[in-house]
Amino acid sequence: MAQEITTNQLRKWLLAYAARIIENEDHLTELDTAIGDADHGVNMRRGMGKLQERLRDEGHSEDVSAFLRSVAMTLISGVGGAAGPLYGTFFLRAATSPTNGSSIDLEQLTQMFRYGLDGLQQRGKAQADDKTMIDTIQPAVEAMEAALAAHQSAAVVLAAARQAAHLGMKHTIEIEARKGRASYLGPHSIGHQDPGATSAYFLFETAAEVFTITGAD
Amino acid sequence: MIGLVIVSHSARLAAGVHELAAQMAGGQVAIGQAGGLSDDGETLGTDASRILSAIEEVWCEDGVLLLMDLGSAVMSAELALEMLPEHRRRNCLLSNAPLVEGAIVAALHASLGEPLQAVNAVAEAALSAPKLANNC
Repeated sequence: MAQEITTNQLRKWLLAYAARIIENEDHLTELDTAIGDADHGVNMRRGMGKLQERLRDEGHSEDVSAFLRSVAMTLISGVGGAAGPLYGTFFLRAATSPTNGSSIDLEQLTQMFRYGLDGLQQRGKAQADDKTMIDTIQPAVEAMEAALAAHQSAAVVLAAARQAAHLGMKHTIEIEARKGRASYLGPHSIGHQDPGATSAYFLFETAAEVFTITGAD
Repeated sequence: MIGLVIVSHSARLAAGVHELAAQMAGGQVAIGQAGGLSDDGETLGTDASRILSAIEEVWCEDGVLLLMDLGSAVMSAELALEMLPEHRRRNCLLSNAPLVEGAIVAALHASLGEPLQAVNAVAEAALSAPKLANNC
């Protein structure tokens, strides 16, 4: 990859993510009303509002790690529910992944997601097929790693991540919840898409849009 | 003497449990509270950075015992520990105790100068203490 993803591009990505979540607040609420406590849309919208304020503030750091840490702290204090500590952990761990200071290359972007995923699994103790955000993020990270190993371009790597995340999100419709509030419903949770898997999908959807447009290739 | 931190989704619940526990401890034990989300006192939720501040407020080398209400309070408390420096993290303990009974028992035993593990053990024993006399 010729160009690198700068902190400013990460900022644009997370602004796009925040906007996408806010557009989808009602959808997330509907999904969480079916199998949870109906708070995922409201919690995520509140957290994304805080994130927008934080990201629009010109005083943000150029350092990728410091930037990701600041995103994590905003989500920890702004989201609530189970999503607050989970997204907070995701970005806090992502902030410990290798960078080139004020930018990351495609391999480092993939590692960033991998670090976040590993943190999520430790925090939430969820595995694949538990019907959680892991079902979106794990296949997406694995798809990125595979595409990267095959020396694909950034556009291909990010498209692979989006596609795998989308399939993972849709797969949560077919499976029974084994973690979180939805697990109380047992087999009745089948047939409903997981709200956390849905909000996590937008991370990869917006990454594919923003990083491709801004020329990370 | 160990410190205690009360973690709840509700700022008012945390304050109420704090009130009960502080009365038990006769003002001798440092008890912190982290209830609700940071931005206001009204939004329900747990905030790891608030929990972190509460740990730091009551910090003591003897250790800090954290008592949580339920669900994601545990994840937020774990995340708060992750944000602590290693030497402090080693002296913090998440309790499996029920919040109200556990906080009261923990405050009493902490005020007697008992060590962290011992205080946690009696607090966790409150899980199996019957509430109704005829269940004894």
